[in-house]
Amino acid sequence: MTDFFRARALPVLSVTLVLLAAWYVAAYCLNAPQAEALMDPDGPQGFWAVVQAVWSMDRPVLPTPDEIAGNLFDSIFNNPITSPRNFLLQTFYTAQTAIAGLALGGVFGTALAIGIVHSRVLDRSVMPWVIGSQTIPILAIAPMVMVALGNIGFTGLAPKAAIVGYLSFFPITVGMVKGLRSPEPMQLDLMRTYNASGAEIFTKLRWPVSMSFLFPALKVAVALSVTGAIVAELPTGATVGLGARLLAGSYYGQTCMMWGALVLASVLALTLIGAVRVAEFWLRQARGGRL
Amino acid sequence: MNVIEAEKLNIVFAAADRPVVALQDVDLTVAAGDFVSLIGPSGCGKTTLLRAIADLTALTSGTLRVNGMSADEARRNRAYGYVFQAPALFPWRNVKRNVMLPLELLKMDVSAREQRAAENLELLGLSEFGRKFPWQLSGGMQQRVSIARALSFKPSLLLMDEPFGALDEITRDNLNLHVHELWRRTGMTCVFVTHSIPEAVFLSTRIVVMSPRPGRVLKVIESGLPASRALELRETPEFIAIAHEVREALREGHSYD
Repeated sequence: MTDFFRARALPVLSVTLVLLAAWYVAAYCLNAPQAEALMDPDGPQGFWAVVQAVWSMDRPVLPTPDEIAGNLFDSIFNNPITSPRNFLLQTFYTAQTAIAGLALGGVFGTALAIGIVHSRVLDRSVMPWVIGSQTIPILAIAPMVMVALGNIGFTGLAPKAAIVGYLSFFPITVGMVKGLRSPEPMQLDLMRTYNASGAEIFTKLRWPVSMSFLFPALKVAVALSVTGAIVAELPTGATVGLGARLLAGSYYGQTCMMWGALVLASVLALTLIGAVRVAEFWLRQARGGRL
Repeated sequence: MNVIEAEKLNIVFAAADRPVVALQDVDLTVAAGDFVSLIGPSGCGKTTLLRAIADLTALTSGTLRVNGMSADEARRNRAYGYVFQAPALFPWRNVKRNVMLPLELLKMDVSAREQRAAENLELLGLSEFGRKFPWQLSGGMQQRVSIARALSFKPSLLLMDEPFGALDEITRDNLNLHVHELWRRTGMTCVFVTHSIPEAVFLSTRIVVMSPRPGRVLKVIESGLPASRALELRETPEFIAIAHEVREALREGHSYD
């Protein structure tokens, strides 16, 4: 236990404390000018008075961690779960978009990788487009996708999932192309001596061998999916999700709301990464401890 | 009946500067029940010849019959088991499931394939290791698993490509005994590629000596050694005489230059 504390917890804890300290200093420096301007000129003055004024600001430029936490706590526990003011509900919407988009990107990305590995034509023609697709800033095309898909009747979750899929298929395709091509020549020769069909080579060799490439790719895709989901919630028309709260917060100068959305977005990403790690752990166990 | 009949085999590989003649006018006949070793220095085409028999490398010219069929048909009929230079096991499958791989591809039903895998593991002294994963075993044991896998569907022909080349001498001796006993017990036909003279002499009924650039057969040596062999055989004058004959043939082919 003490070993764990010294080796793992202590370094992380120290960095956290340093960051928190820096945060409070920064919050004071950034908020003090405004707080001073709002202070009662007849009231007490001096450093501690400014600190107190900073502490009780309604719309600080940079809220302190405890203000963010308090705000989050208030939003989650003092609102019914069905209320749009409840951050958990908004996180749920974003999670829904991220997961649906991941599923879309995962299936599409894997299918594309299978096609690229098995067809020379696809290999030569599609790969440059796959890479090209990621050079377009997602922020630029997200509104266009929303409008275009909205016009043909796709509203709500579908267009947002499409945007997330667009972002998250890329690491999956790149990883799976590499993974499906990773059998050694000898393993492929072996399958040939058994007169195995292409489908059998795929299910018995290429797919299982590609798993060690799938999980790192999935982790990248998960990180992209949360970003993608939030970007998809920004364009006009989107009213739910952490992205919409971020936007609302920036309109009304509600910095606590924005920071709360950011905190929950990272919690969501960590949870999804955790789920991938659990799946990876199970597969590793089934394979005797190695992937 | 001849299991393998090769006549005037030529295999030429395209290369950047000039084509490489891997095999030139190679004739080879292997009768049922023979244990034939192909021996020679690196680059003499012994592996290429074995791969041609297995239909893993295409012929440039010549005729090749395996079990009276073309090499391609023979492969499609799963005429042979093949043991590679490395174990080539699938690390995500445990030992037993590695041995069952060819049986799955043959669509054998689950209970039959479990039973067959157990028999084959037993045959190679691996019964206790069925649930281990390949990377948990030593190199010698991994190669034994790969032999069990090659034998799992009971092929009448076993092709082995320097299977013990990467192993230490003690392990190699042990595996030579294993292979010899398997051959004696099953009566199958074996073609064995090696660059070890004692290994070739110990295992074979016939030794095919090859030489490089271009790869060709120099000499075929019939071994008069008794069918049943123990490691001590290697110290007898008869054994040493055959080993000497092989070495002389290799020298004539300038293998030592």
